[in-house]
Amino acid sequence: MIEIENVSLRLQDTRILHDISLTLPKGGLTALVGPNGAGKSSLLSLVARLQPLQSGRIVVDGLPVDATPGRQLAKRLAILRQDPAVAARLRVRELVGFGRFPHGRGRLDDRDRALIEAALQQFGLQDLADRFLDTLSGGQRQRALVAMAFCQGTDYMLLDEPLNNLDMQFARQLMRDLRKAVEEERRTVIVVLHDINHAAVYADRIVAMKAGRVVADGPPSAVLRTEVLAEVFGYPMQVVEIDGAPLVLHHR
Amino acid sequence: MRSLAVSRLSAATRLWLLAALAVAAMVAFMTLGLRGNLTFALELRAVRLLALVQVGVAVAVSTVVFQTVTANRVLTPSIMGFDALYVFGQMLLVLLLGAAGFAALDPRLKFAGEAVVMVAMALLLFVPLLRRRFDIGLLLLAGVVLGVLFRSLASLVARLIDPNEFAVAQGMSFANFNTVRPDLLAIGLVVTVAAAAIVWRQRHLLDVLSLGADSAIGLGVDWSRVLIGLLLLVALLVAVSTALVGPVTFLGLLVAAIAERVVDSRRHFLLLPAAVLTAVVVLVGGQTVLQHGLGQATTLGVVIEFVGGLVFLGMLLAAGRR
Repeated sequence: MIEIENVSLRLQDTRILHDISLTLPKGGLTALVGPNGAGKSSLLSLVARLQPLQSGRIVVDGLPVDATPGRQLAKRLAILRQDPAVAARLRVRELVGFGRFPHGRGRLDDRDRALIEAALQQFGLQDLADRFLDTLSGGQRQRALVAMAFCQGTDYMLLDEPLNNLDMQFARQLMRDLRKAVEEERRTVIVVLHDINHAAVYADRIVAMKAGRVVADGPPSAVLRTEVLAEVFGYPMQVVEIDGAPLVLHHR
Repeated sequence: MRSLAVSRLSAATRLWLLAALAVAAMVAFMTLGLRGNLTFALELRAVRLLALVQVGVAVAVSTVVFQTVTANRVLTPSIMGFDALYVFGQMLLVLLLGAAGFAALDPRLKFAGEAVVMVAMALLLFVPLLRRRFDIGLLLLAGVVLGVLFRSLASLVARLIDPNEFAVAQGMSFANFNTVRPDLLAIGLVVTVAAAAIVWRQRHLLDVLSLGADSAIGLGVDWSRVLIGLLLLVALLVAVSTALVGPVTFLGLLVAAIAERVVDSRRHFLLLPAAVLTAVVVLVGGQTVLQHGLGQATTLGVVIEFVGGLVFLGMLLAAGRR
């Protein structure tokens, strides 16, 4: 379980997050949605202790993130940021292998190698495994980074806009993989999404943020309603229902 | 899998070739043009060889670690003024103690004092700079400015002291590969071997650091602690090489750039040995060629700075074009 209590964040004179409290039980796929600058990425990076906590408390499975040794936390929680800068002269297989670092400090055993191959397979990277990262397209690199996060083998995965740069096929595939990880491996996935219709189909719960506050929180059917969406995104949009799932016509 | 094995093999093969070249350079250095009293000549050369290899290891390891920690391939500890910081400390000592007092000090004590001053200053300046999220442009700018600042401070102090003392001080502020400081060899050896061993043990950690601060923290690295520890090692290694031969600005850049080309990887289990071997080839080989081939027409320091400076410019231009 991830418990976020009264977390605020201030950068220079701007308040990024206002007193956020949120409990994310173990299991399930939670989508964080909201307009640019809502504080979604900041919230994720605080949970993943990439930024120091200024006020409030964040606890993952009983471990306070600001007081737990990094390595212990890295075995429970993986984070994928938006566009992380990655050293160029690295091969895809090497990058994916770094996901095992918290477990063996860089020494790979047979189990690690099997997990790496499985992750390469799962994200369609077998043919790219020996390529250098700087020879890949943005979408291919993104898949390699997601594979690395998967390979870390943690109960909790935090992904910041993982669909960036992915084409439709791989975006759908990634969402299905995340769903599978939730259902078959009992993982807990928290993902920042801009495509709200992916959230509609794959998420168990949607947390909508705006200007540093949580403005709506609930199952897709409760959050993806015209009046809620208008409050979050600032304009009215039609919502229809197809096969029992809401479909937001946000582009019209 | 097979293609990976092949490329690994070829990187390893290239590393072995580099090692062979380094050994050849060392053998040539020891044996070419031997005359007169053999034991005396060999002993003299062995001491100088040991010093050159030490400098090579110190410069190569400190540069690779620094580049990984700062996530750039253009800046080195020397370009950011670490060695100028060391020279500045020396100048200050001359100023405070006078030339006579400075010369009377036990060189090892002197080295220890200077190293402590330098490490303290380096940590004070660079830890705050690197702990924050920085972009490479800011870092480059800060680095070049700091390098100039330390060099200017050193020359300011040099102007403040009287001419006799200046002569003592000036001897320390130019790279000199012909007259190394044998009195510092033992202490330098201890520091170099210890630091290199620590870095080698941390090669996997360094690989992870090259993914950047966020990814490294996500993989369980205690960024601030690791950063301070590694910068401490870098400062110590720079202190050793500067104490032995004086400041060499572009040597580190040169060997790191060549090493990366040779093994075509940023993995440290390849890059570290490649950089060390390249440094040995450049220093020992270069010194041998200049001494025997070109009859001391110029000094190695000048050649390295010239070639390294060109590489630096080239890398800046290439980075600008991207």
